[in-house]
Amino acid sequence: MEEKLREVFARALDIPEEMVKDELEFNSIPQWDSIGHLGLIAALDEAFGIMIETEDVIDMSSFKKAKEILAKYGVQV
Amino acid sequence: MLLQDKIAWVTGASRGIGRATAVELASQGATVVLSATSEKSLQDTAEEIELKTGKAPMIMGYDVSDPVSVKQAFSLFQAHYKQLDILVNNAGVMMDALLPMVSEEQLNRTMAVNLNAVIYHMQYASRFMMRRKSGSIINVSSIMGRFGNVGQVVYAASKAAIIGATLSASKELAPFQIRVNAVAPGFIETDMTKQLSQQKFEEKLNTIKMGRAGTPEEVAKVILFLSCDWSSYVTGQVIGVDGGMIV
Repeated sequence: MEEKLREVFARALDIPEEMVKDELEFNSIPQWDSIGHLGLIAALDEAFGIMIETEDVIDMSSFKKAKEILAKYGVQV
Repeated sequence: MLLQDKIAWVTGASRGIGRATAVELASQGATVVLSATSEKSLQDTAEEIELKTGKAPMIMGYDVSDPVSVKQAFSLFQAHYKQLDILVNNAGVMMDALLPMVSEEQLNRTMAVNLNAVIYHMQYASRFMMRRKSGSIINVSSIMGRFGNVGQVVYAASKAAIIGATLSASKELAPFQIRVNAVAPGFIETDMTKQLSQQKFEEKLNTIKMGRAGTPEEVAKVILFLSCDWSSYVTGQVIGVDGGMIV
């Protein structure tokens, strides 16, 4: 499932999958700015069939954090 | 048909402008989701749509001003549909009071229904629209939100706030090809206006250059225009539908 999450991140942010690591953080690359973040959340909703809560949208500050947050929604990564 | 294969969500769809809008969008081929405080109140609208189109709309009864209920509604929607193309934020309340008589409850309730609900719905709807990089959001403001009126400090403030939210959201969502616009109706024949005395009604008509009240259907036509591709390059606009009313 981590691989799927990595794919979604790469596709949503339009970056190579190799760049998607635990250390990848919000605003650390031009593609993951606030507008990129909106697109990322929409892509995660669609890919995993969930509706991410507003607090979690705000908290999703890194790939590592995204894995923790998605676990709350029953997505095991 | 202008809205073939489109899915539209209309809040406050049980009567007035919301009902006329839901019927109009459905008549143009859209699959419509109707929302109001109670599912029972949506039965008439749903029956009218089914009669006209042969397609039963999805109906949802929930409090639009409660963020938990809104999220649940969108989660339920997601279980049935994978796309949302049009959102019409129409649900609203109007409680008149002169400034010294405005109660805290009235203030909070009006802002919760007229403003907070609009933002909650735009938040979730835009996430569906981002997936396809297209969509149209139409918020129902009011002429009072642009010009104000005696006894409507709270109502006018809430409707002015909708305009601010519309303009800002249009800027945020434009990169995703999502358009956000507002309509600002004037004096429209609805259940609310029917409560006016004959004298008050005529006083209102005297403020309208066209000399008559508008109909919910006339507002719905403008919302249809903003919903469909005829307005594909229109965003961040507030369109008055008021027959030349001067407040």
